[in-house]
Amino acid sequence: MAQVTLDRVRKTYPNGFEAVQPCSVEIPDGELVVLVGPSGCGKSTLLRMIAGLEDITDGALSIGTDVVNDKDPADRNIAMVFQNYALYPHMSVAKNMGYGLKNRGASKAEIDAKVQEAARILNLGDYLDRRPSQLSGGQRQRVAMGRAIVRDPELFLFDEPLSNLDAKLRNQMRIEIRALQQRLGVTSVYVTHDQVEAMTMADRIIVLNAGRVEQIGTPTEIYERPASTFVAGFMGAPPMNLMTAALVSGQLQVGGETKLPLTPPAVATDEVLVGYRPEDVRLGGDGSVVLDVQIIEELGANRLLHGQLGGQAFSISIGKDEQAQVGPQPITLPQDRVHFFHPERGTRL
Amino acid sequence: MKRAGFTTVWLPVALLLPQLMIIAIFFYWPAAWAVQSSFYLQDPFGFGSTFVGVENYTDLMANSEYGKVARFTVIYTALVTFFSLAIALLLAVKADKVIKGAKSYRTLLMWVYAIAPPVAGFLGLMFFDQRNGPMTEMFQALGWDFRLGADYNSTATAMVIVAVWKQIPVNFIFFLSGLQSIPKSVREAALIDNRSASGRFWEVTFPLLAPTAFFLLIINITYALFDTFGIIDTLVRSEPGNNPVTLVYKVFVDGFRGNDLGGSSAQSVILMVLVLLLTVFQFRLIERRIHYT
Repeated sequence: MAQVTLDRVRKTYPNGFEAVQPCSVEIPDGELVVLVGPSGCGKSTLLRMIAGLEDITDGALSIGTDVVNDKDPADRNIAMVFQNYALYPHMSVAKNMGYGLKNRGASKAEIDAKVQEAARILNLGDYLDRRPSQLSGGQRQRVAMGRAIVRDPELFLFDEPLSNLDAKLRNQMRIEIRALQQRLGVTSVYVTHDQVEAMTMADRIIVLNAGRVEQIGTPTEIYERPASTFVAGFMGAPPMNLMTAALVSGQLQVGGETKLPLTPPAVATDEVLVGYRPEDVRLGGDGSVVLDVQIIEELGANRLLHGQLGGQAFSISIGKDEQAQVGPQPITLPQDRVHFFHPERGTRL
Repeated sequence: MKRAGFTTVWLPVALLLPQLMIIAIFFYWPAAWAVQSSFYLQDPFGFGSTFVGVENYTDLMANSEYGKVARFTVIYTALVTFFSLAIALLLAVKADKVIKGAKSYRTLLMWVYAIAPPVAGFLGLMFFDQRNGPMTEMFQALGWDFRLGADYNSTATAMVIVAVWKQIPVNFIFFLSGLQSIPKSVREAALIDNRSASGRFWEVTFPLLAPTAFFLLIINITYALFDTFGIIDTLVRSEPGNNPVTLVYKVFVDGFRGNDLGGSSAQSVILMVLVLLLTVFQFRLIERRIHYT
């Protein structure tokens, strides 16, 4: 078990492209940290630098107390679960799991014991003699997990491990991986582009965008206090509503006429971005703010009303017991749930 | 599901006919003729033949010259196959790691593939020339009195080197594409599991390359046995004398130079059986054991 420290870790490719801008993070012992962001944001590059599969251009990476920048992947005492599982097709399940131990000079009895233990935990006991090609996707995923567990590493690395599974299996494996990680207490870094995985699994989330860390925080912090419009839009489904509002003599105004009954933030700009989570807006009110509902999406547990507010797209989520119809509907925008962002920089105000 | 099919019998027959005729005329007919004539003793002037049963075969078995050629063919095939596979694998592994200018490297390494075997033989003649061939000079500098065409071992060495040189590009192309079809993540997983580069190669990369390697093994054995005819013919200048030749070359020499069509046919039949056994071996014994991903 170990903590992981990234000290201004940076990645620049020979062609000058900066895949990861200097990034400093401290991951405490036993925590599961999720790196999340859209494709091309540098999350996989960062993970691969921690694994040692990618050189670190600048900065220092420590696992435990050692700086490991120049250590081979095999010497970093890590285990990695790949997106396509990366099992050795010519080896049986047991050999796949034991390969790393064998190369570290473990005795046959020790390897057998650890493989049996991992197989028991992951319900793979009946499959130890099979080849990966004879297994289903979920079973392969388990073998990949087993291979990681067997090594008893200081650090688990997960590179989108669930994205090749179907939705139902994905939900199940998500819970299994999280439970296993908590039971073993191994520090983990988990890469995903799926914000639901990030929210549900993480102790802490690192949101990356275009090679830059946008925000680091617990899932609640990220959701409740997004640091930028990017985070606000990326985390949460449906995403947060963002409207451009003009500041006219201390009043927020959208679309020229609709005045928002909100206390504006103290800023020097004449516009701000007003953000609302769809579920934070209530249907009904005094009629000062009206949503022109155009489409109603039935989701079972709740309904989404999509429409226009002051000429800008706006969606709200209401409970399944509330009634709604297409057309103008009064809504209430609670002051304590509003998020303000800088109109150009997109940063939280 | 409805299967697409032909409504009449004649269309598929007509479509298959050209291919079947080619096989029949150029393979089955000569093969059958070879089997038949291997039981006859031909008159050297082509005026008739006498049925002699298996005498052509028993003569061959008793002939020490035939045994000698067979032994040489086995050694020659083993050497050519081993070296052309090993060198090509080494080149492919190295070329696979090259990132800058990879295409130019690969093209340069593949060029030799475009050279016809007799031309390769001629190039060999120049390299191993008795008076001013660079290879001859090199061997002589190393203290070996190398005499192509006059000394059995010298000619054998030149034959192996030219045949290997000619075959490396084919093997290289296959090994390289085999290497590139191994998923990157599997190699990365091995990087985490094993710190030794040679361990990773022999325990992960090579087993995954085994289907390619096995296919090439068969191709190379066939090549060394049969397709090196042009190289041998050029290197011995069509006058084998006491130079080493392979079984295929002996078929040609005995049949067309010696006019012993019966004996030559018997030799062809033995070679056909050999190829048959090789094919059975390929499909039955090894292919089942090799992992295909």
